[in-house]
Amino acid sequence: MKHFLALWGRLSTCAAVGYRRPPGRLTIGPQLTKLPHKAALLLTLAWSAAAATGAPYGGELRFCLYSEPKTFNPLLVADTSSEAIRYMTAGVLIRVNRQTQELEPELAVSWRVVSQGRGIAFKLRQRVAFSDGTPFSAEDVAYTMRTLLDFNLHAPTADSFGAGGTAVHIETPAADEVKLIFPAPVAGIERLFDQVGILSSKSPKKEMASLGPFYVAQYKPGSEVDLSRNPYYWKRDAQGQRLPRIDTVRLYIQQNRDMELIRFQRGELNIMSAVSPEIFDQLQARMPAAVRDLGPSLESEMMWFNQSPKAPLPAYKKLWFQSREFRRAISAAVNREDLCRLVYRGHARPAEGPISPANRFWFNAGLKPHRYDPKEALDRLGKAGFHLQDGQLYDAQSHAVEFSIVTNAGNQAREKLAQMIQQDLKRIGIRLNVVKLDYSAIIDRISQSFDYESCLLGLTNVDLDPDAQMNVWLSSASNHQWNPNQASPATPWEAEIDRLMQAQGSELNPARRKAWFDKVQEIVSQEVPFLYLVTRNALVAVSPSLQNANPSVLRPQAVWNIEMLALAPEVSKK
Amino acid sequence: MKFIRHLAETLLLALLLAAVWPGALTRTPYDRQFRELPNAPVSRQFPLGTDELGRDRLSRLLYGTRVSLLAAPAAALLSTILAALVGGLAGFLGGWFDRAAVAAIDLMLSLPWLFLLIIVRAMLPLNVPALLSVLVTFGLIGLLGWPSAARIVRAGCRTLRCSGLVLQARACGLPKGRVLLKHVLPNVRPILTAQFRASIPIYILAEANLGLLGLGVADPLPSWGNLLRPLESGLAPDWAAWAPLILMLLVVSCLYLTQSSEVVVR
Repeated sequence: MKHFLALWGRLSTCAAVGYRRPPGRLTIGPQLTKLPHKAALLLTLAWSAAAATGAPYGGELRFCLYSEPKTFNPLLVADTSSEAIRYMTAGVLIRVNRQTQELEPELAVSWRVVSQGRGIAFKLRQRVAFSDGTPFSAEDVAYTMRTLLDFNLHAPTADSFGAGGTAVHIETPAADEVKLIFPAPVAGIERLFDQVGILSSKSPKKEMASLGPFYVAQYKPGSEVDLSRNPYYWKRDAQGQRLPRIDTVRLYIQQNRDMELIRFQRGELNIMSAVSPEIFDQLQARMPAAVRDLGPSLESEMMWFNQSPKAPLPAYKKLWFQSREFRRAISAAVNREDLCRLVYRGHARPAEGPISPANRFWFNAGLKPHRYDPKEALDRLGKAGFHLQDGQLYDAQSHAVEFSIVTNAGNQAREKLAQMIQQDLKRIGIRLNVVKLDYSAIIDRISQSFDYESCLLGLTNVDLDPDAQMNVWLSSASNHQWNPNQASPATPWEAEIDRLMQAQGSELNPARRKAWFDKVQEIVSQEVPFLYLVTRNALVAVSPSLQNANPSVLRPQAVWNIEMLALAPEVSKK
Repeated sequence: MKFIRHLAETLLLALLLAAVWPGALTRTPYDRQFRELPNAPVSRQFPLGTDELGRDRLSRLLYGTRVSLLAAPAAALLSTILAALVGGLAGFLGGWFDRAAVAAIDLMLSLPWLFLLIIVRAMLPLNVPALLSVLVTFGLIGLLGWPSAARIVRAGCRTLRCSGLVLQARACGLPKGRVLLKHVLPNVRPILTAQFRASIPIYILAEANLGLLGLGVADPLPSWGNLLRPLESGLAPDWAAWAPLILMLLVVSCLYLTQSSEVVVR
């Protein structure tokens, strides 16, 4: 019976493909192409068969994007909304499984790293077509890589492969083989292809022709993006049934999370991602089956002191901020457990360092969060020449210790974090002035004028590989926030981080890379250029009517297995 | 109507007294975080419960009321003085000064004040103590709030410039400054008083807007604006969290009631 149903499934798919046969090589069942009415009949029968397996087909999945997508070109994606759309529409050669965090073949059936890490050779999947029927071949991969690495395109993903304008040597020995050679070794090269959506070199629809489970059918600016099932999608389930199971995806562009909550509770939406702790607790009380706390996410909150020599700050304050003991003392004075409990209602954990436990391979399990200990904080401050007098801390030159912390206005969680840190520091005699600024003013201060003392912001590691953090850890990097764009490392420990990061970036052995990056994490934990405060949990809400949902902490959380998601029969019939 | 006016005035007075001496009603510091008691319900210790960080809501409400009820009239006074100065001189002197003042008024009125406030605030020094942030916030509101009042004052002064009493005063040889101070401004005093009183609720709401955006009075000092922040998400834990909103609406209504009653009585 199982084989019978699988056969019907295959026939139905062939029929559907045959009915809209594209020009080119994709030739499946020529007799069926002449008989569209028979194809429709077979399709109907297959639908019945699919229903018999218990896996419902059809229906519309609905959820919200929290900002307008900036682009539909998969190579130009830089914002989260466009990233979510790319995930559902673009085909990639290799996919990072969001659950296991392992690499899985997609459009490439196999691959091997060649030329001492400078290149990669792919064996491509055959008989695959874009959403408009244009066949997929090695030429498309070559075209995509050439376009991606074109300096004039300014593709964000190109940076990961090396500097913009990297001259890549591309060979296509056969229609299903492609070999890419870069001028220098690229660490973790395979993982980078998870972000590279393949474009068609021949399709008249250009980047709108997709190889993923869906394609963009309609875009109403400011309102919604509608995706439709890609009729040529190559993937089948274990029973050989066509995927994706859902026919359409409607993405509402909705910034107001309260409206999203109301619509979710009404059943108008199937998924809520990145749910706040307040909404999570409210939903848990009303719809306990719908909410899921997935544990630590890749998102953390941190603060740092301005150590830039260009900063227009008094010299004595620069000395405080450059003092390791001062930074360690502040870290010890902050009660991270309280931050998690009060600000995140327990849906967070004290942060250990730059890598969250959610990043299974690269997380350094040997690190522990800095312990809350005001006595240790005062001891460290004493060693650095500070003294407490009448409840006020003074430095060696008798300057009262007072500094400001800037954070972005409108982010209630960060404002609460700042207020709690303010209270914690008051206990060791430090006056902290909390300053809330709009985001652009903060960016200007931390990257242009350097006119700030300390800053509290969040960090999201989109890429699991530490190579993507080169722009943070290298002392010459622009995002080396505490002291960016250094001509040469200002301190021995920054020089050591530079050495370790460059070493891991040119090493192919994952174990050796891990050992070096573990050392980087240890140095960061010791020297505290960033004070990691909390790692937020990933909170999602999934409608009970959505089947096969298995949300992941990695983006796009609940829809990482979009092709397998199905709506309950009563919902899919609506 | 008189009864309503008296009731509104009594309420305002009572609130003002409570705000000036909050220690009479609570002994808990407004910034103390009882971290083991976040979102505590109403109790003898905390008559309005505690907020998410375990701070006493009543104490924060009283101190927040003090900030709003004392600072908003001060800002209104500042803007009224500026309006009297600019509008009075423009209307009385006329000529190039009038044209320049009108252009400045039009320019100021065409600027989106909220964005202007945000921009100006971003340019201020960072190490500002919380108390000074109150002066900065309301000072900015006052400094940016004069143009509409100045336009009305200017119109009043223009009318007076051609009036018999001013002509007679000038014919008697009184200098311009003395005519302005002794004869013109006293005659536009009702306009200035009305502008001053109308500005107070507007400035209370302006601070609330800024506070709601997180750009008002600095933490940990409370104001009605930052006390309204937990309501932003519509997920307020209990009724006591709505107290600042209720109080603000009550005060703004009372302020308007006293003004409208005054017109009727007159």
